[in-house]
Amino acid sequence: MELINKSDIQARIDALRNQDLYIHLEMTNGAYAAHFDSNKHPASIVITNTKVRFGHGAISGEGPYRIGLKMELGWIYTEGLTHYEEQDTERLIMAGHDGQGKLVVALQLSKQPF
Amino acid sequence: MTHTHKQILVVLPHPDDEAFGASGSLAIHVYNGAKVTYACLTLGQMGRNMGVPPFANRVTLPAIRLEELKASCKAIGIEDLRLLGFHDKMIEFEEPQLLDGKISELIQELRPSLIITFYPGYSVHPDHDATGAAVVRVVAAMPKEERPIVQCMAFAKNTVEDIGRPDTIVDVRGFLKNKIDSIRAHRSQFQAPELMGKNKLSDKELEDRFGMERFWTYRFND
Ligand SMILES: [Zn+2]
Repeated sequence: MELINKSDIQARIDALRNQDLYIHLEMTNGAYAAHFDSNKHPASIVITNTKVRFGHGAISGEGPYRIGLKMELGWIYTEGLTHYEEQDTERLIMAGHDGQGKLVVALQLSKQPF
Repeated sequence: MTHTHKQILVVLPHPDDEAFGASGSLAIHVYNGAKVTYACLTLGQMGRNMGVPPFANRVTLPAIRLEELKASCKAIGIEDLRLLGFHDKMIEFEEPQLLDGKISELIQELRPSLIITFYPGYSVHPDHDATGAAVVRVVAAMPKEERPIVQCMAFAKNTVEDIGRPDTIVDVRGFLKNKIDSIRAHRSQFQAPELMGKNKLSDKELEDRFGMERFWTYRFND
């Protein structure tokens, strides 16, 4: 994974518009969150291999980055993205890693299921 | 405020954005005879405050916040509320033509002499910054002599350091009732103890806390 290049990501988002894609969207603050800090409220989400289609999308912020994808009736939103897989030109694989390198958030789009 | 305005346009992304920073000034404008149109871009449907204990949920929150917004407008004296139908948290990703187009249409229709919005880059929430940026883009594209005054709220930590002190400070102590009623109208958002305080504030405390509103007049480059 490389640090996000904002204009490269925007170009890849634009190239994925208006077609059926599989999404993997994930966020977690870690299963041990409450174990290490009793004030933390452990929470996480995963949606994987669900079909989506967006007509417009944008990356925003100065890093960590935010992405919003506008679908016909709704939105996909992710905050906290730091890294992407530059070599993978078929799929758009992005993630947000915290100071310890742990994955906090992931947003992945692909024409084929993951 | 020596300048009197006939028509004012308020452009803010969330129901409640008017309450702390502008409701007193707006009540004064209304008292002085201004007609105020409030264009609220979203219904704040992504808000995390739902009351304590929660009395709203993700599905009911937009309708609840709309009613709160109407009550706030009533407290201020705003009779023209426009809902622009954008989605909370997504303003920064919207197609600029769509966003700018809606704001431009309102300006053409209403011909306001004053617009109140957020200062782009100094308003903390991405929706605030994106809303202010859209207003600035639209007004900057107008012929210089037709441009309304744009007064911005800002509250980022580095605001004064970067853009200086606010040039417009409004004493709203005479309209504190309107302002407190506007804040209280947003009961799903502001009953959190950190905002309103656990104990009932005295009149003096209320004046100290809410008596002044600050605006930065946006200076266009040309
Ligand atoms: Zn807001």
